[in-house]
Amino acid sequence: MASLARLQARSALLGHQYYFRNSVVDAFRKKENEAAGKIQSWFRGCQVRTYIRYLHRVVTVIQKWWRSYLGKKCYQNKIKLAYHDMKMNIYNAMAVRIQKRWRGYKVRKYGFNYYYFKEYLRAISETNDAVREALDDFADMREREEKKADLEREEKKRDYAARKMHYLLSTKQIPGVYNSPFRKEPDPWELRLQKAKPLTHQRPKARKKRPHSLSSWLACTSTRSFPRSHTLPPIDRKQCQGPFRDVSDVLKQRYKPLEPTMRVAEPINSLKEARIEFRRLELSRNVQENMFLPFSSYHKKERYIPSIHLSSKYGPDAYGYHRFRDESPNKWIGGKDFQTILPSFDLFSKYGKSYSKAGQIL
Amino acid sequence: MHSLTKDQLLWIPNGQAGVMSLLRPLLLDVVPTIQQTAALALGRLANYNDDLAEAVVKGDILPQLVYSLAEQNRFYKKAAAFVLRAVAKHSPQLAQAIVDCGALDTLVICLEDFDPGVKESAAWALGYIARHNAELSQAVVDAGAVPLLVLCIQEPEIALKRIAASDLSDISKHSPELAQTVVDAGAIAHLAQMILNPDAKLKRQVLSALSQIAKHSVDLAEMVVEAEIFPVVLTCLKDKDEYVKKNASTLIREIAKHTPELSQLIVNAGGVAAVIDCIGSCKGNIRLPGIMMLGYVAAHSENLAMAVIISKGVPQLSACLSEEPEDHIKAATAWALAQIGRHTPEHARAVAVTNILPVLLSLYMSAESSEDLQVKVLPHDSKARRLFVTSGGLKKVQEIKAEPGSLLQEYINSINNCYPEEIVRYYSPGYSDTLLQRVDSYQPLTN
Repeated sequence: MASLARLQARSALLGHQYYFRNSVVDAFRKKENEAAGKIQSWFRGCQVRTYIRYLHRVVTVIQKWWRSYLGKKCYQNKIKLAYHDMKMNIYNAMAVRIQKRWRGYKVRKYGFNYYYFKEYLRAISETNDAVREALDDFADMREREEKKADLEREEKKRDYAARKMHYLLSTKQIPGVYNSPFRKEPDPWELRLQKAKPLTHQRPKARKKRPHSLSSWLACTSTRSFPRSHTLPPIDRKQCQGPFRDVSDVLKQRYKPLEPTMRVAEPINSLKEARIEFRRLELSRNVQENMFLPFSSYHKKERYIPSIHLSSKYGPDAYGYHRFRDESPNKWIGGKDFQTILPSFDLFSKYGKSYSKAGQIL
Repeated sequence: MHSLTKDQLLWIPNGQAGVMSLLRPLLLDVVPTIQQTAALALGRLANYNDDLAEAVVKGDILPQLVYSLAEQNRFYKKAAAFVLRAVAKHSPQLAQAIVDCGALDTLVICLEDFDPGVKESAAWALGYIARHNAELSQAVVDAGAVPLLVLCIQEPEIALKRIAASDLSDISKHSPELAQTVVDAGAIAHLAQMILNPDAKLKRQVLSALSQIAKHSVDLAEMVVEAEIFPVVLTCLKDKDEYVKKNASTLIREIAKHTPELSQLIVNAGGVAAVIDCIGSCKGNIRLPGIMMLGYVAAHSENLAMAVIISKGVPQLSACLSEEPEDHIKAATAWALAQIGRHTPEHARAVAVTNILPVLLSLYMSAESSEDLQVKVLPHDSKARRLFVTSGGLKKVQEIKAEPGSLLQEYINSINNCYPEEIVRYYSPGYSDTLLQRVDSYQPLTN
């Protein structure tokens, strides 16, 4: 019990002590807690900062690498583009060179070809010279022809005059006008008069000019005209007695075109021509001209046995083996062989075509 | 009746009324000879002058003539056609009066007659009617005359061919449709064949017909060319008759002026040389179509202009320019030279070498074309410039007083710009005066 009393006396102290020590410790505890908190937070802060620093460093590396990658990519693109541009420029430059050459060539060859043009101009001048020459020749020729025609006309006039004056020819007794005895030689007219034939009396009438309209009417009527004579029948002749056929019938009959009979229309060697024609058709139809030969060689082994007539040495018999005409051409009188001619009969060749109506069923 | 010729009627100016009333009943006479002679007299009266022709029209004679034309013999037809032609030739109104009284159908019927004299008179009358203007030509064409005229051309009579050719030429000259009608009737082939005929008057008409057809359009010109007239036409340029030459060069000009291809064809056939020779051998108005042809050919392209130059065209043209007295021919020649020279400096030099520029300058009238030539020539060629100065050209240019702002002034300015200023001032008029003035106003420096 004493202990208990001691304890109880102590317990109040204990209590106080206990409370006092707890409260002091509490006070310290709070402080120490706060201090520990501070230390911890600081330390944690340091940790985090280190970590963050570390992260920054790492992120910088990553970013560095990433940016370098992007930059390189960008650079590669730029290089690609620049390369592409450079290539295109080169191509363009080359294309321009080609185009330059080609356009120059084209223009010089097809647009304005200097040498062609020179040739062309030379050809033109040659043509011009040729044309000028030809035209000059033509003009000369025409002049010559005219002069010739003039001379001929003069000649004709002089001839006609000579013929009219033929009586002025000199005779043996009396010298003519152009053959004066005081001249050394006779005048050329004298010779002309000698050669001239005197005009006959008919001449003046025959040379009278027909009235222009009449002859030209005759000359220019169309082909369906009757044959012309220089004198027409007198107008006051009696009319011919009729009845007359219709003019269209007459003209149809007159100007009927040629309708030869069959006999005439066929050529004379129609048989020969038909044979040639047939052979030509065969030739055009056939693929090849050799005759088809038998396949088998059965016949090749056969020996040919000539007949008695052919195997004699005196020649074949004349009768029945020759044609009835001799075939040695050197004995022929004419150069050609006879021709085979088929005569045709002209029973119906004039059917319906003759002028008269005889025999027609009306 | 035969005594009533135009000479006597001259002395009886008031007699025409009386004569008409006398002649008219004679047309209805029983005896055919009297009818024919009356018609002939009327024709001669109307032929003489247009008052008488009007009197014939007013006297109501035409319907009677036309009516009896259908039935009578060929002498009457000839005389009646002569009357119609004599009336129609004076003026379009008279021709219209003839058309109004229905003469065209009868004339066309006469064209089908056998007698070539009747055909000729009828064709002549139709030609005179168609000559005046396009409506009358159209009336003639509507009456169906063109195929008959083409048939007439093929007849052997030379006079009939001439008249038919001149008819076709008169009909086709008015408008492209009429020319097309003539072409559709197949006229070109026959006309082309007749170029070879030796008769000069026929050739005149044929060539004029072809040129009237060819002038309207490119197609018609091509059709004429397809009838193979080249190179036969070139022989016509050597003909002795002046008008044949003129019409041949007209034909070639009408063909050349349409397109460069046609000009090329003519150049290739040697036509340019022939035309140049033809110009050299003619004088006066005959040359004009040839000169214009050269101008047209050169105007199309520079190759053709070069072809003209090497065919020795420029000396010939300059000779023309110097010789010809008439203004319009000179103008045409200057124009042709301008066409040749305007393409490139080469051409211009070829033109300038012939010393033609001073001659051009002296032609005040044709100033525009020559200035055009000079404006093109001078900037290009220094030789030409030198030539220009030494031949006194620049001096003349300064002397030309033109209003400022006009085309001439522009040309003068552009010419002056080709030369350095001192030279321009040297050649300007009054330079010596200005020099003297400066001398006067100059005080010598006295030391």
